[in-house]
Amino acid sequence: MPKRKDLKSVLVIGSGPIVIGQACEFDYSGTQACRVLREEGIRVILVNSNPATIMTDPDFADATYVEPITPEVIESIIAKERPDAILPTLGGQTALNAAMSLHEMGILEKYNVELIGAKIDAIKKGEDRQIFKQLVLDAGADVAKSVICSSLAQCFDAAGELGYPLMVQPSFTMGGLGSGFAHDEEELKRICGSGLQASPVGQVLLSESILGWKEYELELMRDVNDNCVVVCSIENVDPVGVHTGDSITVAPALTLTDREYQNLRNISIDIIRAVGVDTGGCNIQFAVDPDNGRVVVIEMNPRVSRSSALASKATGFPIAKIAAKLAIGYTLDEIPNDITGVTPASFEPALDYVVVKVPRFAFEKFPAADATLTTTMKSVGEVMAIGRNYSQALQKALRSLEKKGSSFHWNKTEESVASLLEAIKIPTDGRIVQVQQALLLGASAEQVFDSTKIDPWFIDQIVLINEIAEDVREASSLDSDVLAIAKEHGFSDAQIAQIRGLREEEVRSLRYSLGMRPVFKTVDTCAGEFPALTPYHYSTYEQETEVVPSSRKKVVILGSGPNRIGQGVEFDYSCVHASFALSDAGFETIMINCNPETVSTDYDTSDRLYFEPLTLEDVLEVIHAESDSGELVGVVVQLGGQTALGLAKGLKAAGIPILGTSPEAIDLAEERGLFSNILDNAELLAPANGVAVNFEEATEIANRIGFPVLVRPSFVLGGRGMEIVYDQPSLADYFVRIAQFGLIGPGSPLLVDRFLDDAIEIDIDAIYDGTELYVGGVMEHIEEAGIHSGDSSCTLPPITLSSAQIERVRSATEKIAKGIGVRGLINVQFAIANDVLYVLEANPRASRTVPFVSKALGITLAKAASLVMVGKSLAELKASGDLPNVDGTYIPAGSAIAVKEAVLPFKRFATKDGRFVDSLLGPEMRSTGEVMGIDVNFPTAFAKSQAAAGSALPKSGTIFISVADRDKPQVLLPVRRLQQLGYRILATEGTAAILSRHGILAESVRKQSSVGDGPSIVDLITAGEVDVVVNTPSGSSARRDGYEIRAATTAADKPIFTTIAQLSAAIGSFERVIDGPFAVRSLQQHSKDRADALAK
Amino acid sequence: MSKAILVLEDGRTFTGKSYGKEGVSLGEVVFCTGMTGYQETLTDPSYAGQIVVQTAPHIGNTGVNSTDEESAKVWVAGYVVRDASRIVSNFRSEGSLDDELSKYGVVGIRGIDTRALTRHLRDKGVMRGGVFSGPAAEKSVTELVHEISQSAPMLGRSLSSEVSTGEKFVVEAEGQTFGKIAILDLGIKDSTIQNMTARGLEVHVFPASTNASELLAISPDAVFYSNGPGDPSTASGQVDALREVLKAGVPFFGICFGNQLLGRALGFETYKLDFGHRGINQPVMDRTTGKVEVTAHNHGFAVRIDGGPEVESPKGFGRVRVSHVSLNDDVVEGIECLDIPAFSVQYHPEAAAGPHDANYLFDRLIDVIKNNRKAKNA
Ligand SMILES: Nc1ncnc2c1ncn2[C@@H]1O[C@H](COP(=O)(O)OP(=O)(O)O)[C@@H](O)[C@H]1O
Ligand SMILES: Nc1ncnc2c1ncn2[C@@H]1O[C@H](COP(=O)(O)OP(=O)(O)O)[C@@H](O)[C@H]1O
Ligand SMILES: [Mg+2]
Ligand SMILES: [Mg+2]
Repeated sequence: MPKRKDLKSVLVIGSGPIVIGQACEFDYSGTQACRVLREEGIRVILVNSNPATIMTDPDFADATYVEPITPEVIESIIAKERPDAILPTLGGQTALNAAMSLHEMGILEKYNVELIGAKIDAIKKGEDRQIFKQLVLDAGADVAKSVICSSLAQCFDAAGELGYPLMVQPSFTMGGLGSGFAHDEEELKRICGSGLQASPVGQVLLSESILGWKEYELELMRDVNDNCVVVCSIENVDPVGVHTGDSITVAPALTLTDREYQNLRNISIDIIRAVGVDTGGCNIQFAVDPDNGRVVVIEMNPRVSRSSALASKATGFPIAKIAAKLAIGYTLDEIPNDITGVTPASFEPALDYVVVKVPRFAFEKFPAADATLTTTMKSVGEVMAIGRNYSQALQKALRSLEKKGSSFHWNKTEESVASLLEAIKIPTDGRIVQVQQALLLGASAEQVFDSTKIDPWFIDQIVLINEIAEDVREASSLDSDVLAIAKEHGFSDAQIAQIRGLREEEVRSLRYSLGMRPVFKTVDTCAGEFPALTPYHYSTYEQETEVVPSSRKKVVILGSGPNRIGQGVEFDYSCVHASFALSDAGFETIMINCNPETVSTDYDTSDRLYFEPLTLEDVLEVIHAESDSGELVGVVVQLGGQTALGLAKGLKAAGIPILGTSPEAIDLAEERGLFSNILDNAELLAPANGVAVNFEEATEIANRIGFPVLVRPSFVLGGRGMEIVYDQPSLADYFVRIAQFGLIGPGSPLLVDRFLDDAIEIDIDAIYDGTELYVGGVMEHIEEAGIHSGDSSCTLPPITLSSAQIERVRSATEKIAKGIGVRGLINVQFAIANDVLYVLEANPRASRTVPFVSKALGITLAKAASLVMVGKSLAELKASGDLPNVDGTYIPAGSAIAVKEAVLPFKRFATKDGRFVDSLLGPEMRSTGEVMGIDVNFPTAFAKSQAAAGSALPKSGTIFISVADRDKPQVLLPVRRLQQLGYRILATEGTAAILSRHGILAESVRKQSSVGDGPSIVDLITAGEVDVVVNTPSGSSARRDGYEIRAATTAADKPIFTTIAQLSAAIGSFERVIDGPFAVRSLQQHSKDRADALAK
Repeated sequence: MSKAILVLEDGRTFTGKSYGKEGVSLGEVVFCTGMTGYQETLTDPSYAGQIVVQTAPHIGNTGVNSTDEESAKVWVAGYVVRDASRIVSNFRSEGSLDDELSKYGVVGIRGIDTRALTRHLRDKGVMRGGVFSGPAAEKSVTELVHEISQSAPMLGRSLSSEVSTGEKFVVEAEGQTFGKIAILDLGIKDSTIQNMTARGLEVHVFPASTNASELLAISPDAVFYSNGPGDPSTASGQVDALREVLKAGVPFFGICFGNQLLGRALGFETYKLDFGHRGINQPVMDRTTGKVEVTAHNHGFAVRIDGGPEVESPKGFGRVRVSHVSLNDDVVEGIECLDIPAFSVQYHPEAAAGPHDANYLFDRLIDVIKNNRKAKNA
């Protein structure tokens, strides 16, 4: 059936901010969808509140709305744009849920817009675990025994029926939010309590436990002619009980016979038919009892998912792209397979390699959190690796994680076999290494199986790896035979060096001298049956390489590796733009990255794609392979975050040209001593500071520069271990707590800075070409300095800074860029305390805020920067129109205001006793994503940003206030206003007293700690009787109460203000939401406005 | 494990380790892209005389078991894999693949760049080759290439008699008997028989040499020609028999080799494909329904039918249409006679290994039989 003629315009719903369980894989799918629809001549309207995405770049849609993904806002967009249809299946659970509410509110009907990709009925059948269960049984397949409950009482009855342990899952949530295992009444009460909360429909599903079974996932597509294909089978190495998103997984499935596999395939096809997904993709999860092969269907997602992104990268079959084509009427046989060019998409990819995915966790950011892996997804990112066998792919994946200790090692540990066998019973981050260690110390494969239930085949592969390590150790000399075997099974030069007691470089040069280099194979969807047109490569050690020589000028772009807190989609954004810009400029672009969720690892993005770990060894090999032909102009390292930047030195040392800012220059910014020289020469101030290797020195410095001080270990990212210390005792306490991590010592001293109280923090992103500075934008933080730039909300343009101050920031940045010798992007963070400008840090690379700036002002920073890196001057770029003539410091009157708000994952992390971790913000970054609100004035923009971040301000209701003494004076004004606006004010005794003294009547409520009758504030919050919470942290005494309050608020999902700055900023926004619904405006319109304003 | 070497007719060699039995195996080297079902592949008689290269890197993980065998023995001449499993992990497994290969004297090789080999065969076309291990591996390449050039080429090769049953045998229908089918065994697979008995057919399996009158002697409701190895142009005996069956108006169904023989019986040509279709992910369009099915293929030859949606049978059997085509390369994948009750497919509706999408074809067989009965009674 050819494309539908009746679809002229389609509204695509994005997935909003990056959160755990829903990351940039939906930027990948959404970007593909937008591309496809536009190629088909359809007008694309896009709504997505996440500015860091590539899909929200104005040139990917005809009308791009960076607005909150709420039914009200979407309705305004529909009313304005009148799309023929809505495509909700490529924006994750967010888009699917939005579509559901649009339907339930009758909006779809009202404007008669059609849902394409999945019909309401299919969404219901797939997502509602109860309906789905019945449908599976009707299809003749089996499910785990289960009962749906909408109340705690029902839960207890069900428990009696099913027995403990029990699996609890809320309906309609993503990434297993709120789900978990109940082993007894206590846990059942707790988990079901939050589960009923988490479910938009207030339902939880209790199921019989199938812990320890083998888990599989199939990715399917179906078209209007009822043609079905299974794109990929994925097997979880971690058995059932660990969320797929947190499991090490492998494709294709490796431990199924054809009979068993075809059975899963048949069930899947029956289910996709029964559910009625008829123009798109879905994934179905299975559990298989290893003892008798009993198959149980776990769930299905009637949409493109995280695993479909993985499956697309693993097979070369672009699921999202094809889903979009199916949605507009094409059938699978009408869509060509781009990789072969000659065959249609109506086939099932055949792999002649093995793909392994390993999740990346961030528990170090939440020390209080329980690090056990459960049915609630906790990983913040993932890596994928491709090898010609499992051991090779696994080892490549483990080193792609860029995390100390994540790879197998062979130096003797203190641990005993018994303790390891005990430890691996509990799934955690890095269990696979514990398994390897246990086997190394002599545990038998059987013992490891008994502890982990990991399939014996996967365990044997680790036995094999240990055996080879032993051969490497035993070998009289490292000859080509030994090396060949080690390399065939994925050993890195570093690992071999460690085993042989050599340096990595020594192993490498030895390997070179033996002429032993990897070859590069191609991901071609067909196991070599047809020639592949797309150069999508992975390395292995074998006979024949498939890299096609080319005579062009080449640029290698290093990606940013796995998503993690502090380094996410924003960096992929810059890499992808560099790739586009440099191809347009005539270069052959070569992308190296190992993150399957990203757009950069889409084979469509760059001229050549190498899916490889971002380690020096692996990158050097790609460069070597590409250097055989054509001319390597250089490597771009400043866009891929610290990952890419960290490789600069090694590449330079190996004689590889680095584009843009030189490694030496990078050092000037990163090395404290050198940087302070630069500041001195530029007559700029840094906060008073010193370095200490022990408590005594730290105390001495603190006393000299004065408390409060900000302490942080050197060489850590994202503000790890960074804290504000107000007095001597707390400093002692800090040393006690940090001791275990061994972060501080002679080699790596503690950095002690004077902490700037009530300072305004400023971020600036700019490009320097050696002669001139071009500012992308100056951002003013809403929270005062002390809240990590990644976690604080900020505005562009600044709302309180004078143009004089902005000018000072600008010229300071210019001096620093000049001093460092930047060629390309630079990000500087300043703080202004009683009108003195301090430099906090300078990053000679793309920053997290580059995409935000680009969206807010319509300045394509990343593009311009990459052209500067290859020698263009800013003057030229202005002349060619790649950059507006006036830079981001110039704000014409009436410009729109953009507010960036961070989105935090506290709700994902519970402590061992099941309560949420503290939601306090600090100098250590914890947010996983961000949203943008943009409008004519700050209050509206801020209100939008709050709504987009999922904590919309209420039009009316109860606001609870409890602030530290030092904050009490500042809180008066805002609270008085809130009362005038008609909100009910609730406060703890102390705060209430002060408020009433100032004529603000506040009902006082009992703290958790203080005895007395009547409900405590925590009870009220839990009961949902409080709509907004204002709580600033006070001295350690009342800390406990503060924590209880914030934790309860997080659990109840209510807006919380932990700084007065935020609250004061929000007042206007409260007024705004009372006024009525938001108006919407596309980015295209906004940038036109700006252009017109500048023209005047 | 001792050294082994794979040598191709054109002199290209791949050195690896011995797998299965040590010694020499000669045959046509073909690649198979299925990611599951190695045991079904090995026991599929159609692979007789061939050295099979598995493109999937890990082979043997689930061991072997008696239920997944497609015939009484392993038929491949030689076997080529990337990574042979060290252990067996599956609840149905009864033994390791390594032992199974040794037991049936299959000389195999492991640890070679199977992708390089596959790409070579794809570009140059399938060719003869040999796997040599143990003492044989020590000979010079020229000697080995010579040995290979002495072996029989697939073109013009007749293997039916080698794989066919020696004695006629009968398999009872499951449950209620619906009818009787006479099968000419050119290398039949167990799952084909199971698919028929499951539909109430009493199955009579005859040796490849059986002539038409013997087949028709049991007055079957239908005659079936199975899949099997070799060049269809050598099967003139079976083709003559088939013409008589068609003249007798008895419904006919054929799979794979059987499809090629129907083609020839109707008077069309068969030809050798450059590197054949061997995999379980092949898209085929059923022109009757316009639907795509993902199917299991294993054929090096195909029927050539030009022109038409409908063409006249050169041998006077009326109108013939191409009912199924490969969406990858437009090869004829199915034939349907419009004036006599006969049809056949080039691929494998019985799957094993492979997707079950085309299983409906066995129901079509039943329908053809029913309609034919109606026609007679009317
Ligand atoms: N009945 C069960 N017993 C034990 N573990 C289960 C059960 N059902 C699901 N799980 C585990 O929980 C994980 C999440 O369940 P799933 O239904 O996939 O939720 P989500 O929608 O979050 O993906 C699965 O990957 C599986 O490992
Ligand atoms: N001297 C200081 N006074 C107040 N706040 C500070 C000071 N130094 C750093 N900060 C806060 O700590 C955060 C993180 O510090 P920064 O140097 O940017 O580390 P990172 O490399 O993690 O970005 C900053 O965003 C700022 O809010
Ligand atoms: Mg799931
Ligand atoms: Mg910073």
